[in-house]
Amino acid sequence: MVRNSADHGLEPTEERRRIGKPEVGKIVLNAYHEGGHIIIEISDDGRGLNIARIRQKVLTQGLASELELDQMSDQQVAQYIFRAGFSTAEKVTSVSGRGVGMDVVRTNIERIGGTIELKTQQGKGTTFVIKIPLTLAIVSALIVECAGERFAIPQISVLELVRTTAKFEHQIEVINRAPVLRLRDRLLPLVSLQKLLRLGGDEGTRTETFIVVTQVGTYTFGIIVDRVFDTEEIVVKPVAPILRHINMFSGNTILGDGSVIMILDPNGIAGSTGEIVGSSQATAEAASSRDMHGQDRQSLLVFRAGGQDLKAVPLALVARLEEIDATTIERSHGKPVVQYRGKLMPLISIDGSFHTATEGRQPVLVFSDRDHTMGLVVDEIVDIVEESLKIELTVEVQGLIGTAVVSGKATDIIDAGFYLTQAWGDWFGSPQQDTIEHVVKRLLLVDDSPFFRNLLTPLLSVAGYEVTAVESVDRAISLRDSGAMFDCIISDIEMPGMGGFEFAELVRSDGSWAMTPMVALSSHATERDFERGRQVGFTDYVAKFDRDALLHTLAHTLKGDA
Amino acid sequence: MNQIVPAGKRGSVEAVATVEHQEFVTMFIEGQMFGIPVLTVQDVLGPQKITRIPLAPPEVAGSLNLRGRIVTAIDVRMRLRLPKAKDDIEGMSVVVDIRGELYSLRVDSVGEVLSLPAAKFERNPPTLDPLWREFSTGIYRLNGNLMVVLDVPRLLDFNKTEL
Repeated sequence: MVRNSADHGLEPTEERRRIGKPEVGKIVLNAYHEGGHIIIEISDDGRGLNIARIRQKVLTQGLASELELDQMSDQQVAQYIFRAGFSTAEKVTSVSGRGVGMDVVRTNIERIGGTIELKTQQGKGTTFVIKIPLTLAIVSALIVECAGERFAIPQISVLELVRTTAKFEHQIEVINRAPVLRLRDRLLPLVSLQKLLRLGGDEGTRTETFIVVTQVGTYTFGIIVDRVFDTEEIVVKPVAPILRHINMFSGNTILGDGSVIMILDPNGIAGSTGEIVGSSQATAEAASSRDMHGQDRQSLLVFRAGGQDLKAVPLALVARLEEIDATTIERSHGKPVVQYRGKLMPLISIDGSFHTATEGRQPVLVFSDRDHTMGLVVDEIVDIVEESLKIELTVEVQGLIGTAVVSGKATDIIDAGFYLTQAWGDWFGSPQQDTIEHVVKRLLLVDDSPFFRNLLTPLLSVAGYEVTAVESVDRAISLRDSGAMFDCIISDIEMPGMGGFEFAELVRSDGSWAMTPMVALSSHATERDFERGRQVGFTDYVAKFDRDALLHTLAHTLKGDA
Repeated sequence: MNQIVPAGKRGSVEAVATVEHQEFVTMFIEGQMFGIPVLTVQDVLGPQKITRIPLAPPEVAGSLNLRGRIVTAIDVRMRLRLPKAKDDIEGMSVVVDIRGELYSLRVDSVGEVLSLPAAKFERNPPTLDPLWREFSTGIYRLNGNLMVVLDVPRLLDFNKTEL
């Protein structure tokens, strides 16, 4: 964000001098806390947002009509920079961010319950105000009662409260035992908390009930409760591991009067009514991402390269988006390289053939892991979308994991590993993958490098495994303690904190995973390491970049296991 | 009393045999005496206000507030498949800490702390109910009573024993 201010906010020195501002631009970072929130202000004394340009861009992208725009204040117009895929910058430079845009900033802040505001004044500067809750786990919740038990519902998903009585205009009607409510010319599906939670007790005797109108994604439904109390600020505490499988609760808390109360999870309730399936992707996703075996949503970078087909790669794999001046591309051993941050970075193209622009700027996706960096040359960066990566079709083409539906369009998912190994030159073996029997095997992948987690997860998923990836041994052990079982564990060796060898010893020593096969992954594949690995209890040992060997080993290990 | 212990038996008793005396908190359900190692016990509580948790396994009695921490109450009676208490015994609870999570084990009553010699320890008789064998590490022979040593981590491992 600071880079952004420096790059887009501040004017070049000559321009500043010309308009009579001090030569040195100023960016002020201010952080303080206020009413349970941390406030971070980033302000610059630069040129401010170019409102006219944003208006123009909003129009061309069809986000609002001219009439609507005319009625908006400059501040309102400025908010459009938080829209996905919106950028007014004429040029992407190496100074500002990854070129991922303000929408990603906002999404990330909102994910942790924060907000971002923007104030701008033409010629005077721009101020961003980021507000993050001090304790992430404090939420405002509505306390309700049902069958004598009290529950908390997070206020954020509550739209309104409706009181119904036998004589009142709002009356619960029943279609084949499914209760509904006419609410302002719409039929609102209702869920009885009493039935849902099997609280027992007689339902027909109440003369007055309350309906908590709840929204989850785009799905609106009502929860029938007996009484509604006040709202309270509650501290969400996780439920005991033995209760985690009940997806109706997102946590529990202690109220002001000292009593323990369960916090209802509207997502879980919506999911359990069955009506939600398919009707709201967001909820289905939320529900499945809580499920340990579920697939998480991933940010995907969509681009075009080597043809008109859309291609995508998990955004987390991409270190930066760069535009390289075509004249700076040099050749080494006949392969294109570019000097990047004081190092030579090999450039790889999607289809092997290499015809970059000889002039102008060449967009490049930079992948890096530890000291390896590689640039993938693309024609055009299309968009960044958040989707759950589900490979629909697998293909026999090298460098592609398969095809998935991204934003409603068939998109090829790039196997970044293929291009990496091409660039690094330690990729060998045949591209043929083993066909693995149809029973879905569950794998646990332990690797501290997000890069490898993102690389291997899609690779293994496409090979027919169900993959759970964790970033540390601690997380793996807590999965074990919560009772998760896997058919095979793949673990990195070099990890901060507890390494792979110690992990293997720990797993082998006792607990429910003592018999689970373990495969070690390491970049040091020497004979001595192999030996050590076997000694501590690894079933097999695979060099990190040798994905074929990994798939072979897995198929072999799991077959032996069965 | 019987101080002569066969050498082989000592070795088979694993960890317990290495310490001459172990201290146990005793508790009773349906007249049966149970013991858990005293160092695993954090609190002993009288009757508590317990919040029911809908949809939870039947062994989970609910949750309660222990000095600002949420404790999951386990009905040991249900866990051991003992019949429901006839009349409303208020009951007592023993709070244990398993991997940072607090659990309160609800029993009929909690007795005194006993220091017991390893010589009186014996493995579970093979005729014991498999469920009890799973939850118990062994038996102590006391005067006029037998104390079942509960294996608390196993007792609270709800994934393994879902029968």
